Amino acid sequence: MDNTTLIATISIVIAGFTTSIGCIAPALAEGKAVATALNSLAQQPDASATITRTLFVGLAMIESTAIYSFVVSMILIFANPFWSYVVAQANGK
Amino acid sequence: MNLSPDQEIFWQHGVFKLNATIATTWLIMLVMALGAKLITRKIEAEIAVSRWQALLEIVVTSIKTQIEEVGLKNPREYLVFLGTLFLFVAVSSLLTIIPGYSPPTGSLSTTVALALSVFIAVPFYGVLEQGIGGYLKSYAEPTIIMVPFNIISEISRTLALSIRLFGNMMSGAMIIAILLTITPFVFPVVMTVLGLLTGMVQAYIFSILAAVYIAAATRSQNHKKKE
Repeated sequence: MDNTTLIATISIVIAGFTTSIGCIAPALAEGKAVATALNSLAQQPDASATITRTLFVGLAMIESTAIYSFVVSMILIFANPFWSYVVAQANGK
Repeated sequence: MNLSPDQEIFWQHGVFKLNATIATTWLIMLVMALGAKLITRKIEAEIAVSRWQALLEIVVTSIKTQIEEVGLKNPREYLVFLGTLFLFVAVSSLLTIIPGYSPPTGSLSTTVALALSVFIAVPFYGVLEQGIGGYLKSYAEPTIIMVPFNIISEISRTLALSIRLFGNMMSGAMIIAILLTITPFVFPVVMTVLGLLTGMVQAYIFSILAAVYIAAATRSQNHKKKE
């Protein structure tokens, strides 16, 4: 395998792994947060406004870790600096 | 496939580039300013108000109650900034129902600009509320050791704010673009509807987080007054 193929292969494989592994923990955490919020909503329907707002803010905080890994894998696929370097080298020759 | 609307360039002269992000941002500004001007041209205090005035009243009063519930004492002061953030993000994701439109919030430069304005607004309101000394003292709140960590958190939450909005908007556009090549007819419509929902949720989250940060910067004064 030459360098170009190696860079392409590793980028694609790692991009898949980044999103898949990086989404496990946020998914579990979001499930736990929503379950707890539903429990407290069932116990105290009066506090629904506060609980919902806090839940949304918390979900956004938790979700951002998944978004980070997604952005990293998008960079690996669509805006890979190593790939651009190799292509520029190939064009220069 | 373009990662962001930054790469779509309409016009270029030297170093100045007019890309799709700037063009759509101007379009949204125009639509919002003209719309607000047209609606408030003949404003009424009667019981029978026009539909559009009722719509604007609902939007403004609900933003105001949301700001109040976060813990900011006089919401009118913050309504201008937070309401503008909410309306800009909401309208830019709402306009995705127009074909061929790419939301400017799907570009990292727009979201970084929005997050930077929050980054500047937090100390601005903090100083306005409790003075320079009082605001700077809030960095050393529990102990003096916490100063570097508070500064790090200030910077990292700005980063998180921008990346979160960018990631959500970009992923929505990306998923629709990928689905258009696989299942062109029905499924992209469903994902567009989902994208509208996430756009609204992200607009809400962006402005509520900005409100929470501003509330945290202005609050310690009120605490001391109570004690």
